[in-house]
Amino acid sequence: MSVARHTSKYWALHYLLLGAFAMFALFPLFWLLKVSLTPNNLLYSEGVRLWPSHITFEHYASVVARSEFPLFFRNSVIVSGITALLATLAAAAAGYGFSRFKFRGKHFIVGLMLITQMFPLVMIIAPIFRLLSPLGLTNSLTGLIIVYSAFNVPFASFLMQSFFDAIPKDLEEAALLDGANRFAAFWRIIVPLTLPGLAATLGFVFTAAWSELLFALMLNSSSKASTFPVGLLAFVSKFSVDFGQMMAAGVLALLPVCVFFVFIQRHLVQGLTAGAVKG
Amino acid sequence: MTARRALLAAEPYLYTLPALLLICAVMLVPLGLGLSYAFHDVKLLDPLSGDFIGLDHFRELWSDAAFWQALRNTLLWTGASVSLQFCLGLVLALLLNRAFPGRALFQLLVFLPWAVPSFLSGLNWAWLFNPVVGPLPHWLVSLGLMSQPDNLLSDPRYALWGPIIANVWWGIPFFAITLLAALQSIPADIYEAAAIDGAGAWRRFRSITLPFLAPTMAITILLRTVWIANFADLIVIMTKGGPADSTQILASYIFTQAFQRLDFGYASAIAAVLLLLLLAYALALMALRAVLVRRR
Repeated sequence: MSVARHTSKYWALHYLLLGAFAMFALFPLFWLLKVSLTPNNLLYSEGVRLWPSHITFEHYASVVARSEFPLFFRNSVIVSGITALLATLAAAAAGYGFSRFKFRGKHFIVGLMLITQMFPLVMIIAPIFRLLSPLGLTNSLTGLIIVYSAFNVPFASFLMQSFFDAIPKDLEEAALLDGANRFAAFWRIIVPLTLPGLAATLGFVFTAAWSELLFALMLNSSSKASTFPVGLLAFVSKFSVDFGQMMAAGVLALLPVCVFFVFIQRHLVQGLTAGAVKG
Repeated sequence: MTARRALLAAEPYLYTLPALLLICAVMLVPLGLGLSYAFHDVKLLDPLSGDFIGLDHFRELWSDAAFWQALRNTLLWTGASVSLQFCLGLVLALLLNRAFPGRALFQLLVFLPWAVPSFLSGLNWAWLFNPVVGPLPHWLVSLGLMSQPDNLLSDPRYALWGPIIANVWWGIPFFAITLLAALQSIPADIYEAAAIDGAGAWRRFRSITLPFLAPTMAITILLRTVWIANFADLIVIMTKGGPADSTQILASYIFTQAFQRLDFGYASAIAAVLLLLLLAYALALMALRAVLVRRR
């Protein structure tokens, strides 16, 4: 695509720099994996070797069988899964409204949503605790689901709106002329066309809920209702010597979001490019 | 018929209602409450608290050395994180903007940190800095930058750089993705025309690439600055603001006051200051933009 032919010297530098970026990106994750596979007796005796002389899956076994991590994992899956569903539903409706209607107060509503993206969320940790506590929604997965759904709705609404904007209005109008009501048109024509957008939004909200730490820490202090990040942090401060197990748990926490990432990353740049070209 | 018309008029509001209700109940009402806490004595475990105390919290803040330290740290944390993320992200985007064998694989690998949850990036880097299991202290000793393998995170002079490095690692992909998308929307024939006119690589970068990227750069940097100034996770995880509040930024100081000392009133007062500072920053940038646009 470039006009000028580049010399081999240029390409050597190009790959060298990219290699450096890749090393920087991957080394921490490699080290996480390495320590999670290193037997305890070798961890201290072999120092900072790049790979242990033999490996073990013992840490994974004890994390899965003899710790509370399966419970934390389950809690996180429930919270992130239901949050993703709720927020995406509300966002799909709002995004559809923004995309298809002009109505009084629209700018005001969009403005409210933008404000929620700008102020420091730590600011409302204390008030939310005071509001949820008398309702019995602290130390509860339901409380976290409500809070996370609200946090993710604004961004998800704008995302869904951009997907709806990309669908020509004529399609719906044709269905309306054929006698379908607006809801039926929405359900049978628009929803199937936005499935990729819905999937992406679900994934983004799931990832965000999966990663949230500070509110989970403040609202859910009992280990029964702990999510994975809170459980991992509690584990770190309680058994701070068991590095193998901590890192094995870390690798397990990484799995669900990495699966989503591998699916989505090819489309990230393309999607943004399409958006940019469209203006 | 009128009922039907009313329903039609209400339709767009019905679509936005669930989202709006959620945001109001969970974000806007607590925001208002939080602002009022700043002027009240609110302590979670003290049933006698709750009185209106006017500006007492703010007077206390004025003489709180940890608050001023956190304010300075917020500037260093935000400035260093954003500028490093931006520069490295731009270089990465330029590298990935050319076609070459293995590009898809490289892109997958270098964007991977973006998928890592922030709590895990924080823990991961804290472990890398830990002399017991991490290699970094030993490498620093070999390079002669450290006399013995100590934990950088427990040295009050440099500890803040630990979370900053973790933040840069985590945030490069965000800038690279956004800038790469903007780069790919520049029409290729402009470059061809410039090359035919004899413009060199640096010239083409300065007079085509930069002007095209400028709007994306400006908006991304503005949004990221606000976001990073509010981003307390990495510091809470890696140093808990310590040793002795030396790595506290305003956002993590708020969390510490609310979570550890359960002093919701004081936490809200710091939060109100942070909110004011961010507002001032956004207004200053908008004023600057207005001046620049007028001059053009």
